[in-house]
Amino acid sequence: MTKRTMLYEQHVLAGAKMVDFAGWEMPIHYGSQLQEHHQVRQDCGVFDVSHMAIVDVLGPGARDYLRFLLANDIDKMTSRGRSLYSCMLNDRGGVIDDLIVYFVDVNKYRIVLNASRRTQDLDWMNQQAEGFAIGLHQRDDLSMVAVQGPNAIAKVQSLLTPAQLDLAVTLRPFDCAENEQIFIARTGYTGEDGYEIIMHSENIIEFWQRLLAADIKPIGLGARDTLRLEAGLNLYGNDMDETTHPLESMLGWTIAWEPYERLFLGRAALELIKAAEPNRKLVGLVLEGKGILRQHHKVIFPGIGEGEVTSGGFSPTLNKSIAFARVPATAGDTCLVEIREKQIPAKVVKPPFVRHGKILVQ
Amino acid sequence: MNHVPSELRYSKSHEWVRLEGNGIAIVGITDHAQSLLGDLVYVELPEVDTSLKAGDEAGVVESVKAASDVYTPVSGEILEINEALATAPELVNDDPYGHGWLFKIQLDDENELEELLDSDGYEEMIAADDH
Repeated sequence: MTKRTMLYEQHVLAGAKMVDFAGWEMPIHYGSQLQEHHQVRQDCGVFDVSHMAIVDVLGPGARDYLRFLLANDIDKMTSRGRSLYSCMLNDRGGVIDDLIVYFVDVNKYRIVLNASRRTQDLDWMNQQAEGFAIGLHQRDDLSMVAVQGPNAIAKVQSLLTPAQLDLAVTLRPFDCAENEQIFIARTGYTGEDGYEIIMHSENIIEFWQRLLAADIKPIGLGARDTLRLEAGLNLYGNDMDETTHPLESMLGWTIAWEPYERLFLGRAALELIKAAEPNRKLVGLVLEGKGILRQHHKVIFPGIGEGEVTSGGFSPTLNKSIAFARVPATAGDTCLVEIREKQIPAKVVKPPFVRHGKILVQ
Repeated sequence: MNHVPSELRYSKSHEWVRLEGNGIAIVGITDHAQSLLGDLVYVELPEVDTSLKAGDEAGVVESVKAASDVYTPVSGEILEINEALATAPELVNDDPYGHGWLFKIQLDDENELEELLDSDGYEEMIAADDH
């Protein structure tokens, strides 16, 4: 039995093609994935991301608990109203999930988790909670939308009530704020500016309709994937999972090694991996020849070794195929990708491919 | 509802064939196929002068979502391919029975067309797929 978000009927009304995503019936596109992609890069659009799991960590032990649970250090958020991207690791340093944690208030942090990892994450989080004075509050009463694109900030602000606007105008990138009606964060998964907005599910339909009435187009999960790929943002399950660690997943920057005393979960394993130097790395690829890079394509570095595409597809902004691939650590700047028994040349690049509408790779 | 022109013949793998006369036919993919695939971003076509048997792989259409093989519904020699698709694969989405054609083929045997589905047969097949 697939689940539906509060906005299911709204998607159907908007002409969405619905697909099963992690057990949820979600819009893959509303007509054209390519147009939706360009819409976000050039103007703005709205995504229903209510399938993601929202969990509030409450109580006096919240800070200590999260400094133990997460590989990034929530103390980097020096004041309330900030957010932080982090991995949650297992004892082997493998990635259980990647997440955003919002510092809402003393004794209150809000975490947004991947829909596909909800059960595993909550089991793990509950298991690790022992000894900490916290409560984990799964917020299935809330719904979430992301409005992204160069015009997202202005367009959303024009629709907010005065009280909501007071919250929104002060937000710098990665800030968040909330009142009784709404939680607003200046975060996203597209490489564009924008807001992620959480509110009680009973209010979300009216808010969604207001966004659409202001000519903010609905965007499906298909474009969400190509936007995040261009933006150099990993997708759990494709680019990292429990059998891969952050140091071979372009996520080394999210590990807070300092302070040394902070013994976060997975640290011991990760220290050993780091000392031995990882033998693989995640890189970006731009296909030079014809074709489309897809997950699991073999990547060949003659004389060095082989790797595999973890996420691949067509980049509408570059008008070329791009990918992430896990390759030997010693891999050079060029490679061959095996596509239907042919070897097609590709160039190794450092993502992001696109940020704020601009192409960043040659 | 996807468009299924009555003057064409259809394969179970969602290609269409249009007889042009002089033993020449044009092949493409159906409206139903393009709508299932979503926006096309890459099309690979057979080399001109290649001889293919009905059911042989004759190329690949790749959408934002996935790659899908194209099979020739009829045997013959490839006379011409739709070069425009190299830079504008979206023609297949916009006009699958017109500007989005894939290749022109010199038929070995015109009678092969009789073995393909007619529009009613194809419509029945895709209706059954939807349930």
